[in-house]
This record gives sequence, structure tokens and C-alpha cells, in this order.
Amino acid sequence: MGGFLSAVWDVGTTDTAYTAAARFAVVLAFAATGEWVAERAGTLNISVEAMILAGAFAAAMGYHTTGSVAVGLLAGTVAGAAVASVQAEMSHRLTADQFVVGLTLNILILGVVGFLGSEWEPSTRTASVVEVPLLVDIPLVGPALFGQPWPFYLIYLVVPVFAWLVHRTRWGLEVRSVGENPQAADVSGIDVNLRRRQAIYLGGLSAGLGGGYLLLGQVGRFDPGIVAGRGFIALVAVIFGGWTLRGAIFGCLLFGSVLSFRLTLPGLGYELNNEMLSSLPALVTIVAMALFAHAVRQPEALARPFIRGLK
Amino acid sequence: MSARTAQGRVVEVVALYAGCGLAALVISGLIVEAVGADWSTVGGALLDGSVRKPGRWGGTIGVTVPLAMVAIGTIISTKVGLVNIGQEGQLLVGAAFATFASTRIPGPGPIVLVAILLAGIVGGAIWSGLAGGLRYWRKVPEVLTTLLLVSVASNLVGYGLKKPWLLLDSEAKRGNRNLVSEQLPADTRMPRITLFGNDFAISAFLAIAVVLLIGWMLNRTLWGYRLTVVGHNRRVARRFGISESVQGMVAMLASGGFAGLAGALMLTGGDFANYRMVSGFSVSIGWVGLLVALVANNRALAVIPMAFVFASLRTGSGFLASTGIERRVTDVVQGLIVLALLLPPAIMFIRERRRALAAAGSRV
Repeated sequence: MGGFLSAVWDVGTTDTAYTAAARFAVVLAFAATGEWVAERAGTLNISVEAMILAGAFAAAMGYHTTGSVAVGLLAGTVAGAAVASVQAEMSHRLTADQFVVGLTLNILILGVVGFLGSEWEPSTRTASVVEVPLLVDIPLVGPALFGQPWPFYLIYLVVPVFAWLVHRTRWGLEVRSVGENPQAADVSGIDVNLRRRQAIYLGGLSAGLGGGYLLLGQVGRFDPGIVAGRGFIALVAVIFGGWTLRGAIFGCLLFGSVLSFRLTLPGLGYELNNEMLSSLPALVTIVAMALFAHAVRQPEALARPFIRGLK
Repeated sequence: MSARTAQGRVVEVVALYAGCGLAALVISGLIVEAVGADWSTVGGALLDGSVRKPGRWGGTIGVTVPLAMVAIGTIISTKVGLVNIGQEGQLLVGAAFATFASTRIPGPGPIVLVAILLAGIVGGAIWSGLAGGLRYWRKVPEVLTTLLLVSVASNLVGYGLKKPWLLLDSEAKRGNRNLVSEQLPADTRMPRITLFGNDFAISAFLAIAVVLLIGWMLNRTLWGYRLTVVGHNRRVARRFGISESVQGMVAMLASGGFAGLAGALMLTGGDFANYRMVSGFSVSIGWVGLLVALVANNRALAVIPMAFVFASLRTGSGFLASTGIERRVTDVVQGLIVLALLLPPAIMFIRERRRALAAAGSRV
């Protein structure tokens, strides 16, 4: 126990630990923010993994062809939305099962980028680090939050914009209502499946951007295994956060820190059980769901398809 | 429905399936052409590697067996209205239990072989039972738990393969590349037979028998009927005195058990990893088996041909090296086929609904 506490202390006082945690967390945060919108509209979107992967690959190709990080990120965003379009149109226009579609997309996109990636072999590098003056001098968390490659800072834009859209606009009210009671929303003249599709598209944009950041802001070289389950962890973070954006971001920070221990703890001279750490997000979420499933209210119509006249 | 419209419906369904399947193949062909290869040579190589060249049927059958087992388990849980998407993890845990049993149980070969298969079933059932238990005890959605338990399972197996008291072969040379279990002794392996020059394990016959038996049980027995009632309407089930949680748990355990059996058959069958447990042992058989069940549209009899098609894509990809194209192209083809086969039922549903609404519109 004493060893554990001193490890926590050492990690808590090392600023590189914060930087590593922030890098893990921000990819999760991009994906989780989008996933949150989709889930509030009533879709349990498991293709978020595919959206991140497509975003990362498109960002690599975009950078490879134009040499511009901005174009790469844009391409990543578009690719995320492209995956979202398949998920949205098939599950909320053609009424195919959303899990089936999501699962198939995860496998299909992994195959497509693995195949195209090995055929085209995009060469990329990470974007340049931009330090925000003054703020970067904050002890411990300064470099983690304000001394990162510049695409990192997009998260400070995405999260407030998404929160505003969902909580402060008419569109957001309608999105939340189709996730809670689609029958009532339908009667009051809202196109339920249209709103759900739009929410998935928005989720795809954000997850694709997250994939672009993962590639151009963090890893720097494309590999089909680049996402490594981050999409599922983002999905889990939304549930862990009780379907609030604040909770989801907290979940991302928590899981991001846990995952970053794999990198930081050995550097500080600690032995650790790698497998245990990797399965921690899943285990924590299962336990949290088992304990708080009654206390936390999920969107009432989550994962339930809407077909007019059928309940 | 009159005979004429029923016939028209069959034509429509067949046309839809044919059209969507063709579209998937055309898109696959376009992707192949986009990277500068010729689609006909690639298709020919796939056929050569899976069925056309002498002796290739055996390997394809070896892959078909675990796929069919995973798929038949999936059909059981879908029947009762549960969404189990964690077969990959259940298969891994089943294989790990089977490996553990193989090194610990003494006795004559055939008895140990049976024990290995039973251990696999138990392992898979425990893993799906966790999700099922949380579903009925704490109302945690089984979709999420089954999915999350996949990563836990693969980490658990990875851990076990580092510890000699669990799975690691104590004789194996140290180093990162030697995370393997002890090889099964020759007498506890599944016997293999040779038919028309194709060499395969006799578990193929077991698999066919299991698929037929489960298909019969689901459609013709009281048990299957109970599952159907719960799957269709829980309220009716309660009025009938059918316990939703009991039927759901049984279906969930059976579903995971078959995934675990698939893992044990992979271990004893010899077509995967040479009778050893290795890291990444499951090679996506759990995910693909789930896709087989989806494409078979939850009909037990369709499982065998569909599993064979998907197995052919996998074994055929071994012959792609000569065409200068990445073998991963088969993952693309596979995903496109599944996506294409999801479309016809969805389109039919919408069209029939539209027709019904149009017919009812004049009367309401």
C-alpha cells in the first residue's frame, strides 16, 4: 500500500505525467463529445471506433497529399462524417439494427484502412507544438493543457460548441426529446429519425476530428492498430459520466490518466501489471454500471429504434 | 395474402439479395482496381486458396467449424431478444479454460479431450454469464457488458500467458515472443481424417450435428418456443408463466458456452496456432462468427453455408501473395458483403409497411 501511495505521489508531482494523461484524454474527449450527442438522441453508437480510425487514416492521406495539417484534420473530419452517414442512414432510415451496423462498420473500416494503408503507405509527421504564453507557465498542468501540438486546442472549441448546441438551441432540445420520448416528439411534429441521423453525423464529425488529432497531434505515423479500442473507451466514458457532458469529460480524463500510466510509471521506476491497467476502464465501468444503474437515468429511448406506430 | 402477391414477394426478396450482393462484389472489385490490381486474378486466387486447388477444402472446413459454433450460439441469444456481441472474449476465455484443463487433467487421451471441450464450454459460459447476471440482477445493458468483457478477456489471457501457473509453457524460451502455452500431446488432439485428399478434424461432423440439433430445438421444442415468446413479447411471456430471467440466463449461458466450445475446438482442431494457446489466439473468429449469425438472419440452417463462405475468404487470402495484393483485402470484401446483406431485410420491412399503410389508408 505504501508503494502504491508513493507511486501516486510521484505521478501527481511529475508534469510529464500530466502531459501524457492529457494526450490520451483529449482523443477520448473528441470522440466522447460526439458520442454523447448521439446517445442523447437515442443511438448507442458503437461505430465510434470506426469513425476515429477513418478520421486518422483520412488525416494521414490528407497530410500526405497536401503537406498541410489543417487539410489533414479537415479530411479526418469528413471521413468521420462519412462513416457516420452509413451508420445513420442504415440504422435510422432503413431501420437496420444499430449494433449490427456499428459492429460491421468497425470491421469493415479496419479492413479498408488496413488494406489501403498498406497499399498507399502515407508518410506523415506530428504537428508543431504551440505554447500558449503565460498559461503554459502554470506549474504541473500548464504544459499539459497549454503546451501541446496546436490541433490539441481544438478541444477547447468543440466541447463548448457541442454543449451549447445540445443545451441552448431549439435543435438541441429536439435532439434530447427524441432520445427521451420519441413518440411524444413525433406527435409534436419533430422528425425523430432525422434528428437522430443529424446527431450521429455530428458525432462522426467530432470523432473524425479526434482521429485526425490522434494521428497528426500525437502518433505521427499511420498504423491500422492506431485506435486500439479508444472508441470503445470513449463510449464507456459517456456511460460512466451518466450521459452528461461534464461527466463524460471527467470520465475521459480519468481513463486517459489510467491508460497513460502505462507510459509514465515505468519511466519513474515502478513495475506495473500492464494487463490490469489496460482492462481497468472496462472493469471500472462495469462496476460503476452495476452499482449506479438505478441512480443514473439514461436517455429513456436509448438504443430503441423509432418506427411510427410501433412501440 | 394471395398466392400471386406471395410469389411476387419471393421474386422481390431474391432480386434484392442478388442486387445487393452484386453491388458489394462490384465495389470490392473497384477497390481492388483502385490499387492497380486485376479483380479477376484476385478473385481467382481467392477461389484457388479456399476450394479450387486440391486439398484446400480441409483448411476451409477447419475455419468453418469455430465460425459455425459461434454463430449458432449467437442465434440462441438473439432468439430471446438479447444482444450478445462479446463472442470474441467468450471464445478466448473458453480457449484459456481448455488450455488450462489440458495441462492439469491426467488420464487417457479421449477422456481428456472431452474434458477439454467441456472446460471450453464452461469458460465461455462463465464469461457470458457475467453479462447475463448483471443484466437480470442489476439491469445493466448486456450489449455494453459483453462488449467491455472482450477487452478484459484478452488482457486476462495475455496475463495468463506470462504466468507458468496459469497458461505459460514452463519449457518455453524466455522472451517476449514466446508467450505460448504447452502444446497438446498427440493423444488429446481432435482426430483428423482425409476425404478425397482433404484433411480435416472430425469436429466438423460434431459441428454439423450441433447446428442441426440446435436448429431443431429452437424451432420444434418447448424450450425453443419459450425463448421465442420471451424474445417477441415479454409481457405475453409473463402471462404464460415463462420466466424472462431464467430463459434469458439459459440463452446467455448457452450462447457463451458455444463461443467457448469454438475456442476449445480451435485449440484441439489444429488449424489454428498448432495446438497451442498464443496471444491473439482468437484471430477475430468471434467477431466474424457474430457476422455469420447476422448474415444467416438467425436461421440455423443458413449458418453452415454462410460460415463456409466466410471461412473461404480467410483461407483464400493465403493465396493472394502471388497477385501482389495485400491479403487484408478480404476483410474489406467481408465487411461489404455483410453490409450488403443487411440491406434487403430492412428494405423489405419498409416497403411492406408502406404498402400496408397505403392499403389501410382508405379504410382508416
